Amino acid sequence: MKDIDISNINKDFESRVRLGIMSILMVNEWITFTDVKQMLELSDGNLASHTTALENKKYIDVRKAFVGRKPETSYRATTEGKLSFQKHIEALAALIGKG
Amino acid sequence: MNKYENDITHIRQMMERSSTFISLSGLSGVGAGLVALVGCLLTFYILGEHQIDYFDGKPNYYSYEVIMQLAAVAIATLIFAIASGIYFTVQKSKKLGYPLWSSATRNTVNAASVPLVIGGLFCIIVTWHHLFYLVAPCMLIFYGLALVSAAKYTHKDIFWLGLLQLVLGILAAIFVGYGLIFWGIGFGILHIIYGILIHQKYK
Repeated sequence: MKDIDISNINKDFESRVRLGIMSILMVNEWITFTDVKQMLELSDGNLASHTTALENKKYIDVRKAFVGRKPETSYRATTEGKLSFQKHIEALAALIGKG
Repeated sequence: MNKYENDITHIRQMMERSSTFISLSGLSGVGAGLVALVGCLLTFYILGEHQIDYFDGKPNYYSYEVIMQLAAVAIATLIFAIASGIYFTVQKSKKLGYPLWSSATRNTVNAASVPLVIGGLFCIIVTWHHLFYLVAPCMLIFYGLALVSAAKYTHKDIFWLGLLQLVLGILAAIFVGYGLIFWGIGFGILHIIYGILIHQKYK
């Protein structure tokens, strides 16, 4: 077994939900909570706990706005978030390639 | 290793699903194309009834009655084409289990709407000036631009469909008398061909 660079596998992105959130944010600028929720087929609470975690790690930015009278939360990946996630993807690809 | 492979697949799917309007159904194109051909035939029929030679390519002063009949055909064609477009796309979206009104759908509609709205207004103005022979090329050109701009957010094949519509539009503007023929090819036949291609490709 060769020494594969596991160090780039980012524990922050290990959960399915976070993987999904980051994938969506890699290819979309500002996307709403509702859109993410529908795409990943999640409950409000489940999604919120993961976005909060990603926000605390500074991987995503949060914007709260009002559309009419309804509050609307949107997310965007930070530059740091994008770089980290890119590294994570590359690490995954490397693992598959060598596995 | 399997988990990592699943992860990569999941990432790819999410990226594609969230950025591409994949519910756009090929059958929508086929439906719209058939409607367009019917509209085209009705237009020929109305012009024939009034003994108007569309092919002379001259600025004509059509009677009020003819204009109203042609406008009715145009509006009915538009409504039925949009209805069939929406119907098949809603069906496909249900089948795929994806939300229909996602950010990708919005992006697609937004990208198409600017050329479509401006093109629609422009066509009305052209009609108002009695330059009927320019309506078909204008519709083809603005529709082509709408497709080219919307293609970023949906099936990439739409880009080529847009380019073909643009070519037809330019040809229709050169050979002014044959606008209706080019219109029928663009909105009718190309929609049907592309509809079938897209339907086969993204089953």
